[in-house]
Amino acid sequence: METAQRDRWLLPEGVEEVLPPEARQLERLRRRLLDLFQTWGYQLVIPPFIDYLDSLLTGTGRALDLQTFKVTDQLTGRMLGIRADMTPQVARLDAHHLKREAPTRLCYIDTVLLTRGDHLEKSRSPIQVGAELYGHQGSASDVEIIRLMLEVLAQAGVLDVHLDLGHVAIYRELVRLAGLTPDQEAALFEVLQRKAAMELNELLECAGVAEPMRSMLLGLPDLNGGAETLPRAREILAPAGAVVDAALCELATVLEQLRTRFPALPIHVDLAELRGYHYQTGIVFAAFLPGCGKEIARGGRYDEIGKVFGRARPATGFSADLKMLAQRGAQEETTQETVIFAPDSNDPALWETIRDLRADGKTVIEALPGQAGDAADLGCTQALEKTTAGWRSVPLARSLN
Amino acid sequence: MLTIALSKGRIYQETLPLLADAGIVPLEDPDKSRKLILATNQPGVQLLVVRATDVPTYVEYGAADLGVAGRDVLIEYGAEGFYEPLDLNIACCRMMTAGKVGVAFPARRLRVATKYVAIAQRYFADLGVQAEIIKLYGSMELAPLVGLADCIVDLVDTGNTLRANGLEPRDLIMPISSRLIVNKAAMKMKHAAVKALVGQLAAAVASRSPAEYP
Repeated sequence: METAQRDRWLLPEGVEEVLPPEARQLERLRRRLLDLFQTWGYQLVIPPFIDYLDSLLTGTGRALDLQTFKVTDQLTGRMLGIRADMTPQVARLDAHHLKREAPTRLCYIDTVLLTRGDHLEKSRSPIQVGAELYGHQGSASDVEIIRLMLEVLAQAGVLDVHLDLGHVAIYRELVRLAGLTPDQEAALFEVLQRKAAMELNELLECAGVAEPMRSMLLGLPDLNGGAETLPRAREILAPAGAVVDAALCELATVLEQLRTRFPALPIHVDLAELRGYHYQTGIVFAAFLPGCGKEIARGGRYDEIGKVFGRARPATGFSADLKMLAQRGAQEETTQETVIFAPDSNDPALWETIRDLRADGKTVIEALPGQAGDAADLGCTQALEKTTAGWRSVPLARSLN
Repeated sequence: MLTIALSKGRIYQETLPLLADAGIVPLEDPDKSRKLILATNQPGVQLLVVRATDVPTYVEYGAADLGVAGRDVLIEYGAEGFYEPLDLNIACCRMMTAGKVGVAFPARRLRVATKYVAIAQRYFADLGVQAEIIKLYGSMELAPLVGLADCIVDLVDTGNTLRANGLEPRDLIMPISSRLIVNKAAMKMKHAAVKALVGQLAAAVASRSPAEYP
């Protein structure tokens, strides 16, 4: 379809351009987060924007497949994908290229592309920022990643964070014990995502799930709330055996450590929360904000992805959208910056003054001969004037009105 | 503050007694007032009056913490963006197929006129029938009469409109009732208030006679 001449400026849906003041803010936040990661020992990696589809989608489920833009590689005839999530790429980097035995800490900030975007946030080109910790099994690494996520939110000026905690191994084990077919499991998953208790009842009836599995699965949608949820879960899920018990213990440990470190942080436990279920294997978590329908940052444990790249490694990590962080974060006080206007002149002394000012980190804008508009139009607050003592920067006279 | 989104009309009328059981009574009547935000006797609870099909949108974005919407609306909206913890057993009716009296559906590709595209697609796919869905916004009964479609998929309450137009109900697709839906973030962040209200409403629903589908 030919675009009408007058609509040539129009961008594709969900694709946005970032204009000067916001772009500056975004870049400032990006640098601050990279510095933060550096101080925690997380090393920056830059995975490719485009990659073989098979390796992009390894072990990640259908949702990511549908979200990935695909093109044919003219050189090989193979399918390429434009990444919609960088986590699998970073997992491959760790498993295949780095091959370290010690814990490996990696971080990344870059654009990803989504075919359909998120249902709520219409953006299809978020800037994904995240950190991953490989090579440690146990709640200590989960807690470190959650602490780092909270620190990222704090650095972004995102206030009033609520943390949501879950553990997908509980659901996985219950499904295994109930012996559901893949179709039944898919239906169960969908119903649990909506906590639709009455449909769950019908579904278990149809699938012929017997006691005690029935009561345990029926209990899941209601197993959410504060710290009191865990003892209740122990009671209801007691017949499920060792795997579920271990998961509950792990959750309790993480909860305990977080409550000690962040006494003021509201924490909500939800055992039916299966965010990222297709590749997560253990603790999952997300940060919510008041007045925001969707989580602002999310993550969890995924111990299986490395295996397909040659080496199973315990892994946990989180990610967020930098644009969302900048948008939801408290805008820092931007003190009136000094912008100096320099007249158009061939005086070498002026050139030197400008060079010195810039070396000092000041912004100097040079006049162009015959330009439209004056210093104020360029957003300048000061101007260079020639005095007997050489070129001096003097405050710009405020406009007369 | 808890915000509850409701649509005017039948859902509003039938939700009021349940809310009253939970101790929530609106201070104004939306049919008399032009206000879209209604205060209630409880300072921490307000009602939003919105279109039925907009209820899921308000709740998913978190503009309302809770909402009441028909199962038909929820399936058509089609997102997993909120929780559906409670069936309120109100505004009950049936989603059905209907056709001209005494005329069998043709053997060729079936043409179906409906406002409920997602439900119709799912239903015929499950039957193994390839159907061509024609989206209409109302007066579906007209479609078979003027040869636009062989069949309609619509909500049937008494069936009077069907009969008045020479149509008859055929197969039940699903019973429909209204559900309480909850914003995911609200469930986590206003957990105590939301769970208390869900519990009170569940008790109110249980104390009434089981749903009667017309």
